[in-house]
Amino acid sequence: MWDKMFSAEALEETVWILQNEFPLAVWETVYVTVIATAFAILLGLPLGVLLVAGEKDGVLPLPKGVMHVLNIVINLLRSMPFLILMIMVFPLTRLIVGTAVGTVASIVPLVIAAFPFVARLVESSLREVNPNIIEMAQSMGATPFQIIVKVLIPESVPSLISSFTIAITTILGYSAMSGIIGGGGLGKIAINYGYYRYKYLVMFLAVVLLILLVQVFQSAGTRLAAKSDKRLK
Amino acid sequence: MPCAAGLSSCLEVFMIEIKDLSKSFQTADGRVEALRKVNLTVGDGDIYGIIGMSGAGKSTLVRCINMLERPTEGSVWMDGRDLGSLSETELRSVRRKVTMIFQGFNLLMQRTCLKNICFPLELEGIDKAEAKKRALELLELVGLPDKANAYPAQLSGGQQQRIAIARALATEPKVLLCDEATSALDPKTTHSILELIRDINQRLGITVIIITHQMSVVEDICSHVAILDNGEVVEEGTVSTVFSSPKSAAAKRLVFPDGADEILTESAGERRIRVVFNGAIATRTPLIAKMAMEEQIAASILSASTRSIGDKAYGNMLLGIAGDEHMVRRAMEYLGSIQDVLVEEVTDHVG
Repeated sequence: MWDKMFSAEALEETVWILQNEFPLAVWETVYVTVIATAFAILLGLPLGVLLVAGEKDGVLPLPKGVMHVLNIVINLLRSMPFLILMIMVFPLTRLIVGTAVGTVASIVPLVIAAFPFVARLVESSLREVNPNIIEMAQSMGATPFQIIVKVLIPESVPSLISSFTIAITTILGYSAMSGIIGGGGLGKIAINYGYYRYKYLVMFLAVVLLILLVQVFQSAGTRLAAKSDKRLK
Repeated sequence: MPCAAGLSSCLEVFMIEIKDLSKSFQTADGRVEALRKVNLTVGDGDIYGIIGMSGAGKSTLVRCINMLERPTEGSVWMDGRDLGSLSETELRSVRRKVTMIFQGFNLLMQRTCLKNICFPLELEGIDKAEAKKRALELLELVGLPDKANAYPAQLSGGQQQRIAIARALATEPKVLLCDEATSALDPKTTHSILELIRDINQRLGITVIIITHQMSVVEDICSHVAILDNGEVVEEGTVSTVFSSPKSAAAKRLVFPDGADEILTESAGERRIRVVFNGAIATRTPLIAKMAMEEQIAASILSASTRSIGDKAYGNMLLGIAGDEHMVRRAMEYLGSIQDVLVEEVTDHVG
């Protein structure tokens, strides 16, 4: 494996792939990740809010049965291996996108896999809000909805940003797996050239770029979270 | 007692009346009775202190007043309305008139001070510009006009509590509930916050209910006090009455924290009398020395716990008098002749 990795023709080919396929692959990875994260938050945030607010002592207690079902569904989706999930949601993907393969199609399983994870992250972020502050809002006559929108969420913004950063880096990792079902991006390059065609140098470069992307997202998220937190100044 | 507000024939309008209020909680170890048959009446414009040791039920009581906790039994009346009979929606509007400040200030940490004060106005759906105008006035009132755009984390504890007070006043409440509002502050800051509360009480006519475990807080600004012990009101009345001659064990514990009465051992041939100062102007008179000179009665001070409120003395003193019954009677007569001083012989342990 290692001896031919740096041969002249391997290098030449790698440079060609780097120039012609990597820019698109990076772009595909970024947009799939960002769009999937956006949808995962769209679904996961309200769900996470429900998990906290709907509790027995929450601001908007929901029937025990509802909470029970919510938790079971989330745990079920969370325990599904992503590779299997991708295949299992084919019908849903076809329904939404029109096809079950390709870059856009890979967004659907990513969202399905990620939103329960985001819900759990949101749940733990919201639990950090000081319960005395919620009591304060109640003592001032706030409705449950006002408490959620004006207290719970705004007070946990820095923590939510950190949570979403974890989500985006995890989704980035998952998106690489979607190369299996024809999803584009760095994952596809790593699998196609590295796994199927033994071009390990290309595979390593794809992995390095994935690592770089994770670094970029993580440090941007960390910085944003710190900047938004008014408790630190 | 509840009479229509504004009726001139009413001599006294009761802002808050608590009737036979009980509250119990179901816990893992069974039922806990946090409050038992509490009866209290707080007059309009009073500064009413509710004092007790931790675990006495103070916080539960104050949360029953604005129905954050629904009483298990009994009722809370405010301005002639039974709060227990109101719906959640109606209660929300009552809560805008009965606001609260807390030990932990409970400011929204991600909002500026100005926005914190605007918070209750936002809940009411008041126009932003108007809310801002009112918030700026309140910042002025609490003495922090330059902190409008500061975040709570940038302020000291005392300043944070001032912002919390401004926020509590935003909806022009009739009652301000203070739940251990000064317990996290140092004595000097405590004093300045209490001054502010007194000022608000006098200028805006807001009824104030203060929950505390600190005697000094009650002494400082309260006109009335209720002593809560183990979920029950054991003593109630004006501060001077309750503090000068505490009757219940809990009240004595609070007024004489050293437990002076209990630790004394009987000494042979000595009789003891208790001298109660009930607002006597006695602080500048060397009472015991005078008694020794004028009556030739030597008394030893076994314990004393007196407090000066204004220029008057409150509290009590335990004297040991060596001598017979006649001597004791003379001492009692002598001391009893002084105005606002009560004397009693102590025959048994009281504690």
